[in-house]
Amino acid sequence: MSEPFRTLTSHAVTLMIDNVDTDQIIPSREMKTVSRAGLADGLFAGWRYNAPGTREIETGFILNEPPFNEAKILISGSNFGCGSSREHAVWALAEYGFRAIIAVSFGSIFRANCARNGLLAVALPEDHLEAVATFASGGDNITVDLPDQAVSWGTSQANFQMDAYEKRLLLEGLDPIGLTQSSQSLIDRFIADDRAERPWIYPQTAK
Amino acid sequence: MAETLFDRLWQLHRIADAGDGADLIAIDRVMLHERTGGVALKSLGEAGRSVMDPSRVFAIMDHVVAFTSGRGRNDSRAPGGNVFITETRAMARKTGIHLIDTDDARQGIVHVVAPELGIALPGASVVCPDSHTCSLGALGALAWGIGSSEAEHAMATGTLRTRKPKQMRIVIHGTLSPHVTAKDLALHLIARHGAAGGQGMAIEFAGEAVNALDMEARLTLCNLAVEFAAFTALIAPDKKTFELVSGAPFAPRKRDMTAAMRHWSMLRTDEGAAFDAAIEIDASDVAPMVSWGNSPEDSLPVSGVVPADAKAKALDYMGLAPGDSLIGKPVKGAFIGSCTNGRLSDLRAAAAILQGHSVAPGVRAVCVPGSQAVLAQAEAEGLDAVFKQAGFEWGAPGCAMCFYAGGDTFPPGTRVISSTNRNFEGRQGPGVRTHLASPATVAASAIVGRIADVRTFEPVLEGV
Ligand code: SF4
Repeated sequence: MSEPFRTLTSHAVTLMIDNVDTDQIIPSREMKTVSRAGLADGLFAGWRYNAPGTREIETGFILNEPPFNEAKILISGSNFGCGSSREHAVWALAEYGFRAIIAVSFGSIFRANCARNGLLAVALPEDHLEAVATFASGGDNITVDLPDQAVSWGTSQANFQMDAYEKRLLLEGLDPIGLTQSSQSLIDRFIADDRAERPWIYPQTAK
Repeated sequence: MAETLFDRLWQLHRIADAGDGADLIAIDRVMLHERTGGVALKSLGEAGRSVMDPSRVFAIMDHVVAFTSGRGRNDSRAPGGNVFITETRAMARKTGIHLIDTDDARQGIVHVVAPELGIALPGASVVCPDSHTCSLGALGALAWGIGSSEAEHAMATGTLRTRKPKQMRIVIHGTLSPHVTAKDLALHLIARHGAAGGQGMAIEFAGEAVNALDMEARLTLCNLAVEFAAFTALIAPDKKTFELVSGAPFAPRKRDMTAAMRHWSMLRTDEGAAFDAAIEIDASDVAPMVSWGNSPEDSLPVSGVVPADAKAKALDYMGLAPGDSLIGKPVKGAFIGSCTNGRLSDLRAAAAILQGHSVAPGVRAVCVPGSQAVLAQAEAEGLDAVFKQAGFEWGAPGCAMCFYAGGDTFPPGTRVISSTNRNFEGRQGPGVRTHLASPATVAASAIVGRIADVRTFEPVLEGV
């Protein structure tokens, strides 16, 4: 489904604010077609460009400044990706070239969307996050290691917690639908029993 | 062992251990809208997969439909937005799922329509690629917002693989004061505990103040759980819930009703059941609330002042300074609608304030009912006349000015008082300064032309 994730070493962009919502990551006006693709240009459009709808670069916004324009890692504050469920936010980040986001915490739908698109969401406690952000803002590389669940910068390192299922999705680049369809007989049996228990859940048509 | 309502709902839908700490959960209903659902249908088809049970999937047009009354069936409020409508319609027809189209008498915002039609039911698991799906927990449904990939998964397999979240109970004691609503209660909670306060947990709202809320107010309260970073919210169903759903078109058929009622009546939390976290709130502490910044946690009692430690970025965007009082800030826009506050009781509350008044000169005020059913009932009660006489535009159902998708909105820099749920930068348009509030507070502020306390406001007759 998506490219398997093992380790990643890259510059990191720091956006040290809390509650970066998915409207900021990809403004709704940038979602122009019924498609998962073609969204990278709209990433952070409100901050990256100097007027809505234009593509004139806003100088001073970190994503526009070398070497951070090549970063594959984004570092932010708490509750990153809160707000609208739009998976377009993750598609835009991934298409732009980001492969990992490090933050204090994430919006829960955003986080689930990440794992299904090869984007690693790493939650670090505030003190570690500040240390890694300070280091990265100097323009040096940091490393994210998924098998070991560790972020390292300079001579420092911090481990992170990770949902085991989402870790597997990322490590193996799994297709969850195919995985679930391999348990189809379990699902069919459940539905047969449940249909007897709760027949109103399974109307063929409205009454 | 004593179980919570959430434990019970999870257990009822748990098909198997899916490994890696996740469960395979049966999904009873999938809802889609044209903005994020169309792409899920499309990519499912491209992968050569089909919808497992189309009779349990519903596509509803709401996000980018035009909100001008008399709109055509493909009219979008977003430039180029008609492709979302036409493609979603075409794919809904092709896959044979239910389609509630732009010109359908049942059309409206997905979370407003779901309880009206009985798509969401107590005890049912309901998902939608939309974050405010948590609203439907107000019916005692296991409802949560997902992404488009997960929507594909749910349609193709009738299931989702998910880890069971932790649980929080929020008990609200006492009674809400006059003019204080479920919206104010939710903003009070988020202001006090932060926009990340729900920590991805499933939250059950309980206590006498919650029991006393009518169904529409419960939907408002649960709607805002996602602004609290909750996985979802829940309220145990009771007589009010059963009354709401029993007449609905997709409710259980007569012959199943007794069994359904028996099933629904066991949907509650046992005495002594354990939660991972708990919050208690005294309803009498809650005042009418208004937000000042760019997160719902930046909310204050309307009589409050912008805090000294307010973030510079938000102050700059909102054109405010620390110590500024909210009351008296001039507004040039007012919006009533959305899945938070676009139901009949919201329109009634606003109309009760507007009756006999006009909005202040220079204020653009817009009301968009949450659904065709809300619109029809409001018109039957003459509420549309009250809004229009007061100077409000009266729009056609949909999300409308809740979020900007290009197209018609307030000019940059406009201060807007809004009954919606998000005050993010640019949410209602580039540079638009959104202040969240209850419909009554929006109505009062529109009349005064300034942010007003609905309990004490006095209409000023400017220019007379
Ligand atoms: S009314 Fe607003 S918050 Fe609700 S579903 Fe529509 S866009 Fe989302």
